[in-house]
Amino acid sequence: MTSSLTNIFYLIASVLLIWGLKGLTHPRTAQRGNAMGAMGMFVAVLTALVTETDLHWGYIIAGVIIGGSIGTYLALKIEMTAMPQLVALFNGLGGGASLIVAAIAMLPAIDADFSAPGLLLPVAVASVVSIVIGAVTLLGSLIAFLKLQRILRKTVVLPGQQVINGVMAAAVIVCMITLIVHPSPEILWGLIALSALLGVSLVIPIGGADMPVVIAVLNSYSGLAACGAGFVLNNNVLIISGSLVGASGMVLTRIMCRAMNRSFRNVIFGISMGGKQVDQSDDIYQGKIKSTSADEIAMILESARRVVIAPGYGMAVSQAQHAVRELTNLLEGKGIEVEFAIHPVAGRMPGHMNVLLAEADISYDKLKDMDDINPTFAQTDVAIVIGANDVVNPTARKPSGSPIAGMPILDVDQAATVIVIKRSLSPGFAGIANPLFATDHTLMYFADGKKGVNEINTALKEA
Amino acid sequence: MDIIMLLTIFVLALMVGMEIITKVPPTLHTPLMSGTNAISGIILVGALTSAKFGNPVMTNILGFTAIILATVNVVGGFLVTDRILKMFRKRD
Repeated sequence: MTSSLTNIFYLIASVLLIWGLKGLTHPRTAQRGNAMGAMGMFVAVLTALVTETDLHWGYIIAGVIIGGSIGTYLALKIEMTAMPQLVALFNGLGGGASLIVAAIAMLPAIDADFSAPGLLLPVAVASVVSIVIGAVTLLGSLIAFLKLQRILRKTVVLPGQQVINGVMAAAVIVCMITLIVHPSPEILWGLIALSALLGVSLVIPIGGADMPVVIAVLNSYSGLAACGAGFVLNNNVLIISGSLVGASGMVLTRIMCRAMNRSFRNVIFGISMGGKQVDQSDDIYQGKIKSTSADEIAMILESARRVVIAPGYGMAVSQAQHAVRELTNLLEGKGIEVEFAIHPVAGRMPGHMNVLLAEADISYDKLKDMDDINPTFAQTDVAIVIGANDVVNPTARKPSGSPIAGMPILDVDQAATVIVIKRSLSPGFAGIANPLFATDHTLMYFADGKKGVNEINTALKEA
Repeated sequence: MDIIMLLTIFVLALMVGMEIITKVPPTLHTPLMSGTNAISGIILVGALTSAKFGNPVMTNILGFTAIILATVNVVGGFLVTDRILKMFRKRD
């Protein structure tokens, strides 16, 4: 009876969580959806507390207070530019918690003093799978976090990285089988350690612009690990919620990969984009770069009717979003139409640019997806590129011969004038020259994103 | 519960998830990720209910750790998502 009642409350919680996610399909309903999801979580946790827990209350209260304080602190203090790091960290914590829960389920089987019957086969399998995914997610996310926080600055690619990963994956599988057949503490620890190493080795070779994919994959894993724990504990709400998170990560991964025209396998196995590059930047740029000043840009903007701004990771790095908002207000004050062109992989996580611009008080209906904005560039007087490179590189249109071949890009070069605000001519993540910078109607403004935009704003005000 | 029953729930939930997430606009992808971070904190329920296994001291210590990690996700995830979504308003 208790069990049926418990499951009814878990069902209510699951429905609330699904409705909550559904709210996220539109900016208007999103906040309410999030609140509904939180309510679902509350119902689930309360149900577990009342009906199922055997844990010591002191531990529960202390754990919730400590975790709740850390969570609140992080959520309220984090800078919006650091959201990718925070999501990476949360992915890791979710994986870590699932790893522990699945390991707890293995305890009776490996504890010789504890006279328990062996685990049922499906439970043992689920538990072992959950341990592996949890450990990979925990350590993989930690590495992703360190990279995004720029504590870990180097992208390390070991010789034979794929062979090493393959051997480790094989060792993990052997360990999993051994643990199911002959459970012992040594094998359990070995499996956790090996999976953690695999997590490190999978993420460590992956660099900057591929980060959105890595974060999406680890997001998915953190859900699947919880799902595995749900199989172990025979718990519906864990399986349903875990699958929702898993599905979300998978869908985002697919969107990101498509936006880079790269296969999931290439990103995940750290296959670099197209191998060795011949540096052709001298040929492409030689004598064709036109550098400009803030005053000249202000003059060009004065006579424009429609301006499109294409931001990239550089905008996040220089925290230029508030300056960009001021620029938008100034232009709109002069009756100029302003829109934003957002490439799906601009920044370091899915939707990164949107959050920064929303933070700066720019209405979300001005933020246009690539497919919506591209047809309008031909009617655009000025396109301003801020801290973006590969996502506006016309080389991608050629079907082959470059690492970004076939990647969909923002067609900024179709605008009458293109202004690129960039610190130097250095290449983007793909490591190739950008012919856009050398076209006749492109003007380069060499400056830090924030400083550059502020100077344009000053010039506009003086004009 | 029967393993096949659990598998059924898993597959159906995965499909529902895919259906819904495909409809989330790119502009909300970051709050989607932080929101799903919060949902992955559902493992808190797992941490609370796993105590029936094994040696009590060990279980309590491990359970305590898992509760901390999961609560960071639940509380942090929902709060930061709310903070982001507050910024996504239409302005005139």
